[in-house]
Amino acid sequence: MSAIRLRVNGKELTANDVDPNTPLLWVLRDTLGLVGTKFGCGMALCGACTVLADGAPIRACSTPVSAVSGQAITTIEGLAGKDKLHPLQQAWIDHDVPQCGYCQAGQLMSAAALLERTPKPTDADIDAAMAGNICRCGTYQRIRAAIHTAAGKLTQRKA
Amino acid sequence: MNALVNPAADSDATLRDLMLDIERGTPVATLRAVKLDRRSFLKLTGMAGGGLALGFFVGSDAAAASISPGDFAPNAFLRISRKGSILIYSKGPEIGQGIKTAFPLIIAEELDARWSDVTVEQAPVNPAVYGRQSAGGSRSIPDSWDQLRRAGAVARSMLVSAAAASWQVPAEECTTRDSAVWHGKKSLGYGALVTRAAALPVPDAAAVRLKERSEYRLLGKSYTGVDNRQVVTGAPLFGIDQTLPGMKIAVYERCPAVGGKVRGANLDEVKRLPGVRDAFVIEGNGKTTEIMPGVAIVADNTWAAFEARKKLKMDWDESAASKDSWAELVKSATELGKHPTGAQTLANIGSVDQALEGAARTAAGFYTYPFVSHAPLEPQNCTAWAHDGIVEFWAPSQTADRALETVAGALGVPVAQIKIHQTRVGGGFGRRLMNDYVCEAGAIAQRFNAPVKLVWTREQDMAQDFFRPGGFHSLTGGVDAQGKLIAWRNHFVTFTHDGKVPSSGSNWSEQELPAQNVPNYQLSQSMLPIKTPTGPWRAPRSCSVAWVIQSFLHELSAAAGRDHRDFLLEVMGEPRLLQGGLDTGRAAGVIKLATEKAGWGKKLPEGHGLGLAFHFSHAGHFAEVAEVSVDRNRKIRLHRMVVAGDIGPIVNMSGAKNQCEGGVVDGFSTMLGLAISMENGRIEQSNFHQYPILRLANHPQVETYFIESDNPPTGVGEPALPPVAPAICNAIYAAIGHRVRTLPLTKEGFSI
Repeated sequence: MSAIRLRVNGKELTANDVDPNTPLLWVLRDTLGLVGTKFGCGMALCGACTVLADGAPIRACSTPVSAVSGQAITTIEGLAGKDKLHPLQQAWIDHDVPQCGYCQAGQLMSAAALLERTPKPTDADIDAAMAGNICRCGTYQRIRAAIHTAAGKLTQRKA
Repeated sequence: MNALVNPAADSDATLRDLMLDIERGTPVATLRAVKLDRRSFLKLTGMAGGGLALGFFVGSDAAAASISPGDFAPNAFLRISRKGSILIYSKGPEIGQGIKTAFPLIIAEELDARWSDVTVEQAPVNPAVYGRQSAGGSRSIPDSWDQLRRAGAVARSMLVSAAAASWQVPAEECTTRDSAVWHGKKSLGYGALVTRAAALPVPDAAAVRLKERSEYRLLGKSYTGVDNRQVVTGAPLFGIDQTLPGMKIAVYERCPAVGGKVRGANLDEVKRLPGVRDAFVIEGNGKTTEIMPGVAIVADNTWAAFEARKKLKMDWDESAASKDSWAELVKSATELGKHPTGAQTLANIGSVDQALEGAARTAAGFYTYPFVSHAPLEPQNCTAWAHDGIVEFWAPSQTADRALETVAGALGVPVAQIKIHQTRVGGGFGRRLMNDYVCEAGAIAQRFNAPVKLVWTREQDMAQDFFRPGGFHSLTGGVDAQGKLIAWRNHFVTFTHDGKVPSSGSNWSEQELPAQNVPNYQLSQSMLPIKTPTGPWRAPRSCSVAWVIQSFLHELSAAAGRDHRDFLLEVMGEPRLLQGGLDTGRAAGVIKLATEKAGWGKKLPEGHGLGLAFHFSHAGHFAEVAEVSVDRNRKIRLHRMVVAGDIGPIVNMSGAKNQCEGGVVDGFSTMLGLAISMENGRIEQSNFHQYPILRLANHPQVETYFIESDNPPTGVGEPALPPVAPAICNAIYAAIGHRVRTLPLTKEGFSI
């Protein structure tokens, strides 16, 4: 057991009494109370636990917390700006994407990482970036549309 | 402890009853008539003293802030504050079907509320007040439509009376819109009328005037889900997100072969593991729907609990456990299927043998489909806390109303001592109609002096399911010289838990097509004994038999060399209502609409094909046309799926289309590559690498069209799914001339 220092959503945090092998997911959910990141499979197969580590999407269920100490972790709770939703979150609402909603935090984090790298993604870019995320309800068509909408808004803003 | 002679059969009987109840839309047997009075509302929500006693749901604080004891609350479904904010309680579980948006829309329509004035909260679980609080059988809308409309209309009529009195004009001269009462150019907002309305007697809910459809302002348009903002910001909505002070995490280990009992376990060793607080045996009552025997481990956090479970060494007594083998079942079924008829004849109309002898063309085929799992993305979990003489639950259940009695029975406590909070549910698909994980959580909480959250691993969730049963059909059919369907014979090989009747979800409905549409029809059945639990899976029965029926109809139209659309319309015949609720006129309507929108008959590139299928289930008429391409290596692509449905008027257009899009993806995903198999009673698939749910790159473009007939509205969570598999297989046949008779498609060498 040890104390692990983490940077989560811009805050410096210390998780006390944590086994360094504990997956990041359970430190987020059980220790830090950030339950927006979801448990789906425990094997990095479904993507429900996707968070960003230094901007790259990782599966928190299969990443030991010790491996990301010192990296900037962004979870779904930290995706929005101070007073404004991330354009992806707004697009998700506008397209009424969620059904049960359980996978959507992970979908959003994968999509956010995609738009960071590729502000104007093609359908093929979206296929590749979202390949690690399962939506059991089958909202893929709306996820794709919402990513295109958000990308349009982002590039408009930057132009 | 119940001494059950045959626990597996007993559990299956419970499941069959559950399915019948759900499909008939029967409320829980102990229900009283719903009372729409203010006193029960205040008692129910603890509002009399001010403040909301709903506990846990995110958003309740914000809503409570705008609510005060002087509000207008004519019934348990809504309250209006003096500031004009409108709080509507959604009574049923939100499992992804969008009911938390649809229910309040129905109330708001009759209330003539402005949608932006409305806040929605999950209602407390109290079936004595709310009636049915289950999500299943696509029954939420049809069962609640009248109740919810009247709840809104009662409030509206009182607000009108209040305004009329204050203006001293006849109530009949007043109108309502946008959360206000109008008389000529005068208007009073609902907030300003609260005090006066609250003092009026509540009118008889059965006597209030309801709107005509032409008067609707809200229904039929598109609305984003009321929880969407919380979903996309990661708010703690789901069962698994619940946290209580001092809460511990539990895991529960059951025998991998259903029916096994605990002989022993290394409990002392497990108790010494880091973070573990306790470990103990629970004998259970042997019912898969309640508590199977096992070992509970309670730990400080989820990881400690999961790690401890890995170190658990179980000694199971498997003398009465399942030995089911899918490979053996397939062998037996294939052998039985060689006989044209089975041991039990279920229906015999005309003379199939004579008709087949005289037929111009015949077709025959043996169809096989596998068991499948529900695999909701949120694994089963439940938080329970035994305190102050009650057991309190935070349960992601599809049947919170039923859970009260089930859990009370399983735990041996009076129903009055069970309290259940409904959380948002991370996927139902029928899995959470059963409350086994709720019972388990309760049994663990009873042994532990703190709140406990039981969390299943994905592997447990996949293994401990009530599976959609597989099945086998040996079919023969014939058409006459004009290509008209004249004979249909089906020997259905299915499963049984008690040796007498088919297992839950594996029975045949006597009204299925084409029983009432062909002059010579014979249906017989053979049953193979199993112990693997089965149960309702999205569109139970329909999700598998529609594939068989609609594929074989296509075999016959192909044998006759006919256009399948014409053939299917001919099978439907003159517009009339068949037993079971299928309206052949509505069926023809959606068949014509789907084919028209899909460009039926258009010229397609080499290797492409269109496939048409229809199915009626859950009161919904759905026809779908798939456009598929298949290459030389049997790599397929589902390019497009046109869905045409008739479920009466639409409540939320966005929500309804979302359900159809999801139904198509679920149907495709399942028929393409999903199968559950068992050996020596053990489920062979453990996680998504062996149960490959479709991913984003392969979703089809889904186009949905509704015929908004004047029939009463019905549900849409299920009926869009059954036509998917046959539409795709019929399209594959159109593309390459290969008839798929075994699912999933990967078994016949197809891939994406």
